[in-house]
Amino acid sequence: MAKFIGAVVVEIETCKGCNLCVVACPTSVLDLSSEANSKGYNFSHMANSADCVGCSACANVCPDACITVYRVKTA
Amino acid sequence: MNIADIINPANLVYEKTKVMNDTPMHYCPGCSHGVVHKLIGEVIDEMNMQDKTIAIAPVGCAVFAYKYLEIDWQQAAHGRAPALATAVKRLLPDRLVFTYQGDGDLAAIGTAETIHACNRGENIAIIFINNGIYGMTGGQMAPTTLKGMKSSTSPRGREVPLAGNPLDITTLLAKLDGVCYATRHAVHTVAAVKKTKRAIRQAFDNSMQNKGTSIVEIVSTCSSGWKMTPADSNDWMVENMFPAYPMGDLKNE
Repeated sequence: MAKFIGAVVVEIETCKGCNLCVVACPTSVLDLSSEANSKGYNFSHMANSADCVGCSACANVCPDACITVYRVKTA
Repeated sequence: MNIADIINPANLVYEKTKVMNDTPMHYCPGCSHGVVHKLIGEVIDEMNMQDKTIAIAPVGCAVFAYKYLEIDWQQAAHGRAPALATAVKRLLPDRLVFTYQGDGDLAAIGTAETIHACNRGENIAIIFINNGIYGMTGGQMAPTTLKGMKSSTSPRGREVPLAGNPLDITTLLAKLDGVCYATRHAVHTVAAVKKTKRAIRQAFDNSMQNKGTSIVEIVSTCSSGWKMTPADSNDWMVENMFPAYPMGDLKNE
């Protein structure tokens, strides 16, 4: 079975730290950062990037359209 | 492979639709409006209708929708979006015309316009965001507020003898002959988001094929008005809103 590895890019200034992407991520890659953006929101970031499969679940549920997803087939 | 190698335009699988601009949205964190805006943008992009779409913004939180989607917009008086959409579609029948309304706009002050536009079978699509509350003005009780649901004007919960029953307006509209498509969806999970996108596409296609009025109700959350976190709001919505407003097609002709 083909395996994928992925990566997501979160636009830090647009993210409002709503946590919906963290809940939606099936591989628990995302988490809210302990740092805050200029508006004071703890933005989402890849806390566990090795497990990302690039499924785009986070980007689909993101209300602020601040997630871009990349994916590579490995096998 | 390191992250820098993966992040390459050739490996892109999801990016924000080009129909949306980069203006940060004013909605509260976790608001369903953002997801629905994104889906509308994606569908318009797929249909290649960006320069032929005229949307009608409501009064309510989504009043500023015109700041985020790069299409033509009109902004209607409170509740009057279906009347304005009627005029736009009749004058410019080759355009994709849709209204974007909340429950306070569509099911309270705009009930007459909504019912008569649907009854006339105007070839428009109505995107109806139902979060059971007046979000913008401070979380007051709306026609769609559930029995026993707390809001700033029903602090002990909606009492039916005083405030009447929740209004299931989409079921009501589905009975009208002018309506060709009435459906109810949500955007709380990936599967639900994809179904909602298909529903919006069908509603827009119906509008372009002059089949009549299409209504896509999106049962949504209002974390600020409900006073919960966005994730808890989604759970509360599944548990309480879905039994009163069940998902699925009410009419598809």
